[in-house]
Amino acid sequence: MFKDKFAGKVQNQVQDAELGEALRDFRLSVHAWSDAAFSCPRTVVAAVAPGRVWRLAAGWALGCLLVAGGASAGFWQHHQRQMEIRLAAARVAEQQRLVALQREQQARQDDEDLLAKVDSDVSRVVPAAMEPLAQLMVEDDTP
Amino acid sequence: MAAGIVWEPMTMARPEENAAEEFSAVVARHRPQIFRFLLASTRDVDLAETLTQECFLKAHRNWRSFRGDSSAMTWLMRIAINLQKDHWRNRRLQFWRHTQNNAVALDEASEWLPSGERSVEQQLLARERVAQVSKTVERLSERQRTVFLLRFVEEAELSEIARVTGLSEGTVKAHLSRAVARVRAELGGKR
Repeated sequence: MFKDKFAGKVQNQVQDAELGEALRDFRLSVHAWSDAAFSCPRTVVAAVAPGRVWRLAAGWALGCLLVAGGASAGFWQHHQRQMEIRLAAARVAEQQRLVALQREQQARQDDEDLLAKVDSDVSRVVPAAMEPLAQLMVEDDTP
Repeated sequence: MAAGIVWEPMTMARPEENAAEEFSAVVARHRPQIFRFLLASTRDVDLAETLTQECFLKAHRNWRSFRGDSSAMTWLMRIAINLQKDHWRNRRLQFWRHTQNNAVALDEASEWLPSGERSVEQQLLARERVAQVSKTVERLSERQRTVFLLRFVEEAELSEIARVTGLSEGTVKAHLSRAVARVRAELGGKR
């Protein structure tokens, strides 16, 4: 029992001494590494970081895309408006043509009606002197 | 405390025109230490350099608001820890990818151990132990690692670590104790 306790204590002391030494070495190692890295001269490869270059390129590409998109959208809108104007003009012309046609048909119809009426009126009013002759024509018409 | 490590508060009686000059002095004085802490935390020279620059840039922006309640080192170390945390949070994946590509291998880091008066066999043993400590530190939680590095690399007092990390001294002790226990266990298991 005593031996075990003693052995454990010695073991802990050895471990602690070892731990202390390991931690000291760790510190020395980090300090040496840091000093070497800190005093190491660096060469600047590029004035701008690669990420910045990509961002710039992406910005320019996006800008160009926006300008091209804006221009094409404007052109397309102008084209669409011209098309709409042409279509509206064609529609108006078609409507006017139809109205004119209707008017013409109406006028023709009116003329025909008038002529028919005149014919009818004329055919009804027979002078008295012609009355016997008209009577004959009516009789001849009968089958 | 090792030579060159400065945690003492500095006097902040400064007119506006001296601010830039004072800040330059602070950069010259504390930059190596901030870089070392970030290098030990990230194990990546380029990343440590970038974060050190960011740290001093941030410090420069806020230099006028620094009232000198704590030491400049405490203030700068707090900024550095926050930057490191942000980096881990925001770019976890990119960081790992970057670290995988650029980080110096842990065994290589242990190659920096000064030989001193040791025999070749002792040197090899010491390097192996340093590599083992490094591997264990890498596996610690972020908070445990920060506390461990501040204590055993920067040799900061517990009260100073508490001020820098914003934790209570009791919490710092607990984190430190767990971290040391893990290192001890790893070293013990190795033998």
